Amino acid sequence: MSRRARKLGRGVALVGAGMSKFGAFPDKTSRDLFADAFTAMTRSVDKGMDTEDIEALYVGNFSSDLFEGQGHIAPIMADWVGLVPKPATRLEDACASGGVAIREGVIAIASGLYDVVLVGGTEKMTNLPTERVTDTLAAASDTVYEGACGFTFPGLYAAMATAYMARHGASVEHFMKVGIKNHNNGSLNPKAQFNKSIRDLMNSRIEKAKQKGEPVPEWSDELDFLKDPKANPVVAWPMRLFDCSPITDGAACVLLVAEDIAKNFSNDPLYIVGTGQGSDHALHERDDLTSIAAARIAAQQAYEMAGVQPEDIQIAEVHDCFTIAELVAIEDLGFFKHGEGYKATEQGLTARDGSKPINTSGGLKSKGHPVGASGVGQAVEIWHQMRGEAGPRQVPGKDIRLALTHNVGATGGTCVVHIYQRR
Amino acid sequence: MAEEREVNSASFYQFLTEKKLMASRCKKCQALYLPPHPICTKCHGSDMEWVEMKGNGKLAAFTAIAVGTTCTIEEGHDRNNPYVAGIVELDEGPKISGRISGLDARKPETIKVGTPLTAEFPEQEEGKGCYVAFKAQ
Ligand SMILES: [Zn+2]
Repeated sequence: MSRRARKLGRGVALVGAGMSKFGAFPDKTSRDLFADAFTAMTRSVDKGMDTEDIEALYVGNFSSDLFEGQGHIAPIMADWVGLVPKPATRLEDACASGGVAIREGVIAIASGLYDVVLVGGTEKMTNLPTERVTDTLAAASDTVYEGACGFTFPGLYAAMATAYMARHGASVEHFMKVGIKNHNNGSLNPKAQFNKSIRDLMNSRIEKAKQKGEPVPEWSDELDFLKDPKANPVVAWPMRLFDCSPITDGAACVLLVAEDIAKNFSNDPLYIVGTGQGSDHALHERDDLTSIAAARIAAQQAYEMAGVQPEDIQIAEVHDCFTIAELVAIEDLGFFKHGEGYKATEQGLTARDGSKPINTSGGLKSKGHPVGASGVGQAVEIWHQMRGEAGPRQVPGKDIRLALTHNVGATGGTCVVHIYQRR
Repeated sequence: MAEEREVNSASFYQFLTEKKLMASRCKKCQALYLPPHPICTKCHGSDMEWVEMKGNGKLAAFTAIAVGTTCTIEEGHDRNNPYVAGIVELDEGPKISGRISGLDARKPETIKVGTPLTAEFPEQEEGKGCYVAFKAQ
């Protein structure tokens, strides 16, 4: 069957973006976090917005059911920001829920049905103890065949990591370097859950030991600290604590409008010029355990729609739920050759001042990973960076005209990619 | 009769309790599926038959899990008693996730991708589900 080139029925623009602080907030439910994100978003709309103009809500959420005992959250989110009785729809594709919600918002506007759509994502994860969070996240894998034999969600990415190491000669240090880079970025992001560099974390532990009169650890540098099993215990080898994104509460919102009315809202809108989405088998059924086919397919669709190449993309927020995931992502997106992502990271090419800055927000690793909100949170960072509003973490010396987001559900059963243009 | 069992996970796990690792095969295009699929994803045919795997293969990817699910914690696993899970590529071609024994989960850096494995069928505990398992030779 021949495949026709897909395009949007009409252009779609991003005219506002905001997020709650990401972290652990015992007194906040998913709806409170969502309201925080909505308020932040409304303040970002240059010419102001009227909630009455919003015609529909699409909200990404993985598992409020298991995390909070609350299902059917879309109408609650709509109610808490004043949208009832407008249509409100929840999208669930594990950690890609937020990115998929953006895509559904884009499709709804491109179809001509709506002109103004609110897209959000929200997740409240810290109510549960760690083992039950582990269970809940494992529910995003194939519970019948992967979960049954004891695979956890970190375990599946860890398996990809061992396949990657065996095939490409990478070492655990290469994974650690992804974490160090993302924490460096996150240390400059006031909304990040861990806005501290690994070096700061290391130094604060040394300081604490001194104050308590305990033996002072002798770590020579960040890598030395990360190799210490006491400071950085194994979760699922070779993934250690600092290879894993944290358990996070958080929400994010964006306002999407038809391109022809974008300037009514914003002096400097961003245009969504490419969208792509793919699916894949469970990990064990894939031909290649070191790459995510859904990501390659989603990226290809988005690049084709936008008429651009991987080398045209100036910055990207990619799905680094684990450090190995960022290496796989930057290869699947075509930024680096298969098996060379770890070398590029080691050379600093993906650092904020590198040729291809990746995860300037701190990524899921340092910014936090409220699973259903993460895909929308990526768009918030792109909004700030492209408009030159990212403050101390603004990418230096670049006039950013093209940026990309890459959001993965679980081990790659879902991937959604968006390309943003500033004109 | 084995051949007449429906192609689904209940049949797959029933076979496993009988110490048989069974895949499904498309009668039309001969594609093999493990886990067993009821519909061929290659030719979209739905006339499938059961085929027993010999149970020999090699480790394609693995992990040693220190922070487990509530199920594995109940089994007695924790940071001090991690376990190995892996993806096994069978000689017949398909890959499947399984629990791996006979490897030192406390020294995961010594475990090698490519290690030969054979299927094993641990005794099922009362009230617990069974799972796919392999043993290093
Ligand atoms: Zn077939």
